[in-house]
Amino acid sequence: MKIYCDLHIHSCLSPCGDDDMTPNNIVNMARLKGLNCIALTDHNSCGNCRATQLAARQAGIGFIPGMEINTSEDIHAVCLFPDCDSAEAFSAEIYRLLPNTKNKPEVFGRQLYTDWLDNPAGEEEKLLINAAALSITQVPALVKQHGGICFPAHIDKDANSILAVLGSVPAECHFSCMEVTPRYQPESRPDVEAALQNCRAVVSSDAHYLWDIAEADREFILTGDELSQLVQKALKNT
Amino acid sequence: MTTLQLDQLDGLTKLTRPAEAREITCIYCCDLLSLAMAQAPANSAWVTVMGNRNTIAVASLADVACVILAADTAFSDDCITKAEDEGVTVYRTAAPIFETAKRIDLLL
Repeated sequence: MKIYCDLHIHSCLSPCGDDDMTPNNIVNMARLKGLNCIALTDHNSCGNCRATQLAARQAGIGFIPGMEINTSEDIHAVCLFPDCDSAEAFSAEIYRLLPNTKNKPEVFGRQLYTDWLDNPAGEEEKLLINAAALSITQVPALVKQHGGICFPAHIDKDANSILAVLGSVPAECHFSCMEVTPRYQPESRPDVEAALQNCRAVVSSDAHYLWDIAEADREFILTGDELSQLVQKALKNT
Repeated sequence: MTTLQLDQLDGLTKLTRPAEAREITCIYCCDLLSLAMAQAPANSAWVTVMGNRNTIAVASLADVACVILAADTAFSDDCITKAEDEGVTVYRTAAPIFETAKRIDLLL
């Protein structure tokens, strides 16, 4: 069986995520697109993961609970976990590391929790897109403590990417994979290609709207690495 | 001016061990290291809130006179050791970037 994944999707909990990005809308759009496995990665929160996991089970597609963390350097990294308990425990730690800034829904958008039937289940008041007080060099160890893996997001972008912010991947960071956008063109970015040496390039949509969820056009190859293990586990649980 | 004058400046703490004084010819403010790598002038006092190990790598590459971490930016012991190894002098202050740069500008 060929495997198609989209491991970076936002729900309506992310202020910039469309209010239509509810659990069932996301998983059913992913299923329509022919994806086998998705990850939910809201900004600094795993608060809608459990609901989306239930919806994914119903829809029969693989689900990985995750988060897109914003580090103290304003670098975005995707964190993926083996189960919702681990994801939520990590999420609680990150919540404490976020500044106490209230969201302004009229500026940033609403931050909506939902249940697994897409019913509203409250609104997050703390602004989730702020930077957590945790350096990119500290994130991998904390994620690992919770049984997960993390990798820098959209490293070919000009904003919030490890390469744009830090100029290069710090020597002490050893990522087994890094994410690039679907628009990434290797020939024009020797810096990105250099960073990707000995490293898996993961192409994900970073969808904030339903129509941005990835197409089934890039096969995910199982290699036995930690990311493959998470995908395999998610597929087993469908 | 030289870094010796920064040593005397109120509210500025030197994080690295004493090193040879460097001449400061201008001030540079930037937090995006990819940009600083291309544009930080040699012999500048670089004011930033980016307290990462790569800050030191860029400071060394651009040959700035010193790094000044504004707004009480955190800087790990590892980073301090790295800065000392690279011969980069690092200061820290609670003041924001603009105020810090303005104070040093008065001394230039």
